[in-house]
Amino acid sequence: MTQTPPLLRETPAQTSGPYLHIGCLPVTNGLSHVYDTPLPIEAAHAGAKGEWITLQGSVFDGAGDVLLDAMLESWQADAAGLYPGQAGADPALSGFARFASDGETGAFSMRTIKPGATQGPDGARYAPHLALWIVARGITAGLNTRIYFADADNADDPVLSQIADPARAQTLLAQPLGEGVYRFDIHLQGDNETVFLDI
Amino acid sequence: MTDRLIPRDRASHPVLTIPEYRSSVRRAPTQPLLSMGSTPAEEHGPRFGHSLIGPLDNNLILNWTRGDAPALGERILIHGRITDQHGRGVPDALIEIWQANGAGRYRHVKDGYHAPLDPNFGGCGRTITDETGGYSFMTIRPGAYPWPNRPNDWRPMHVHFSVFGHAFGQRLVTQMYFEGDPLIDRCPIVATIQDRSQIDRLVAPLDMAAAKSMDYLAYKFDIVLRGKRQTRFENRLEGL
Ligand SMILES: [Fe+3]
Repeated sequence: MTQTPPLLRETPAQTSGPYLHIGCLPVTNGLSHVYDTPLPIEAAHAGAKGEWITLQGSVFDGAGDVLLDAMLESWQADAAGLYPGQAGADPALSGFARFASDGETGAFSMRTIKPGATQGPDGARYAPHLALWIVARGITAGLNTRIYFADADNADDPVLSQIADPARAQTLLAQPLGEGVYRFDIHLQGDNETVFLDI
Repeated sequence: MTDRLIPRDRASHPVLTIPEYRSSVRRAPTQPLLSMGSTPAEEHGPRFGHSLIGPLDNNLILNWTRGDAPALGERILIHGRITDQHGRGVPDALIEIWQANGAGRYRHVKDGYHAPLDPNFGGCGRTITDETGGYSFMTIRPGAYPWPNRPNDWRPMHVHFSVFGHAFGQRLVTQMYFEGDPLIDRCPIVATIQDRSQIDRLVAPLDMAAAKSMDYLAYKFDIVLRGKRQTRFENRLEGL
């Protein structure tokens, strides 16, 4: 056994505060001329293979009030279950999306390709999902969760199957509203508190 | 090549809520986080190329006016290195920053503080780390500002940082503070980090070695992102 040096500790997180749009979504905050090339924040582009879907929802606090200042990011595989960078992945699927609560209504909406089931190096099958990360004023360190699909085959998913209470597992399922539209609300607290992940 | 991420040490991070930080009271999960090992979703992540970055993107003194007129305030260089938990530089990491102007006012529709807007300052910048993980920004030192929390709470001078490594599970948003600012120890947002030595990691020291005579002061801010577990294949993979 060789001696390995001690690990450095990760830099601690801090809240994004209420003005994160300046740095992360400058185009929506009247700062669009600062950068020549905006950050690519659409998960899928024209020609991407698979089923186009729209995810809609809001983020709710413990009082049931909707957050007006949350920013969300998602990361996903393509329709065949391959992540960008993996051999054979769909070049029209960038996999990364950044979107925000509307400052007046709190609603968010994002359009992408429905991901396929993914395979871990150990052979585990993960049901179709998007990794989701949420920051806002009052959130002291970014929160991780996942969006699964209520109408997909979620059997034996290694993450969902760790959630003993089926009512809690429901909080990770986007509900189909028809026409490729899904609803996914996030509850930071309360009876329907979303399952957040320590990844 | 998806090595597992080193599990996150929650004691390195803020607690999810403290009563002194009012906004955290209704916005913190109350159920324990579901603990899981990393999976492909966290081990892959978006990558951004250097072609994204324009020549003034990391210069907040000039990027708002596109070089026509410099921002008002104390000129500073913020520089540092991003490494993983093994101490290895993280190249090609996207860093986005945002901050108040020299008077403590943000260019944001919801900032109603009566300090003046600087016509020459936008408040955002971005860069991508070089092959050693190094980065730098030119900016002005942000002012402290009051905020509605407890009576008479003020934020210490700070710059917000958003960092992408190579894996979605490394995603980090944090804030950089300035050495010697007496408001740091009075700030309830800082106090959400309960480990003093971890707070100190966010306080950038004055770095006179990188300051430029008759031009600007410098502050050094190094960032450590989560690492991947060392595996016996690692040396081989690194050569690829
Ligand atoms: Fe701030």
